[in-house]
Amino acid sequence: MIELIFFGMYAFVLLAAAVGVIGSRNPVHSAMFLVLAFVTSAVLWLMLEAEFLGIVLVLVYVGAVMVLFLFVVMMLDIDSATLREGFLSYAPVGVIVAIVAVAQIWSVVWLRNQGLPADVQLQPAAADFNNTAELGAVLYTEYVYPFELAAFVLLLAIVAAIVLTMRKRPNLKQQDISKQVAVNRKDRVRIVKMDAETD
Amino acid sequence: MLTLTHYLMLSGALFAIAVAGIFINRKNMILLLMCIELMLLAVNFNFIAFSRFLDDTAGQVFVFFILTVAAAEAAIGLAILVVLFRTRSSINVKDMNSMKG
Repeated sequence: MIELIFFGMYAFVLLAAAVGVIGSRNPVHSAMFLVLAFVTSAVLWLMLEAEFLGIVLVLVYVGAVMVLFLFVVMMLDIDSATLREGFLSYAPVGVIVAIVAVAQIWSVVWLRNQGLPADVQLQPAAADFNNTAELGAVLYTEYVYPFELAAFVLLLAIVAAIVLTMRKRPNLKQQDISKQVAVNRKDRVRIVKMDAETD
Repeated sequence: MLTLTHYLMLSGALFAIAVAGIFINRKNMILLLMCIELMLLAVNFNFIAFSRFLDDTAGQVFVFFILTVAAAEAAIGLAILVVLFRTRSSINVKDMNSMKG
């Protein structure tokens, strides 16, 4: 029973934060609401005994991705007034689509949970159960190829982000290392032979 | 008592809010990216709930990969956004019409 109360509280905070993300006037507020949504989800994932992923969500999403979002939001000089024009005219369509979507999903969940363990009473895991070890045991054996592909995807993201945002500024004074290395002595030093002066 | 249905309904509601957000904020690209993050969060919720209730670790492994891909997507999306803002000094979706699509 107490579990249900806590679930209800966190679910309410999560949904309210999601509404805050899509409804805020200021993109910075949206980003902060998204941080709240991620932290609340991490709590709910901990309730599902997915401890490793709950911590990863806080570390990677709140710690890295949301900081990146905030950095970009604050770096760009966004005129949010023009971006919000038409907000109210699109709102009814959005609300209708959301209501239809949620009605469909809920009806499917409601009606079609035969065969799914929807009403199973969960037994808490044993005290010596280690979610991280369990995940690692399959991640490095059964899923080792996907794991390496994920590493490649991250490398690709690093390279793509750097390549996209790097630019040459025309009037910037900077060293060109390859030019410096390729310099030859004879290009720079000219030895002039001349007679010593005699008095 | 807390059942799988509760978690599925929560993630369904979260996903629907994100869809509404895409409709409402269709001009602001940065909010569109945030709504995509919310959708991925809702999907991850389903995976973790099923993983717990079916007692199968595979769901959590999938969430791990989705988190990886979502982080990469956010990084590249924001990089594209920065480049777009540099060239057009706007992130309005309306201004992205050079392909006449």
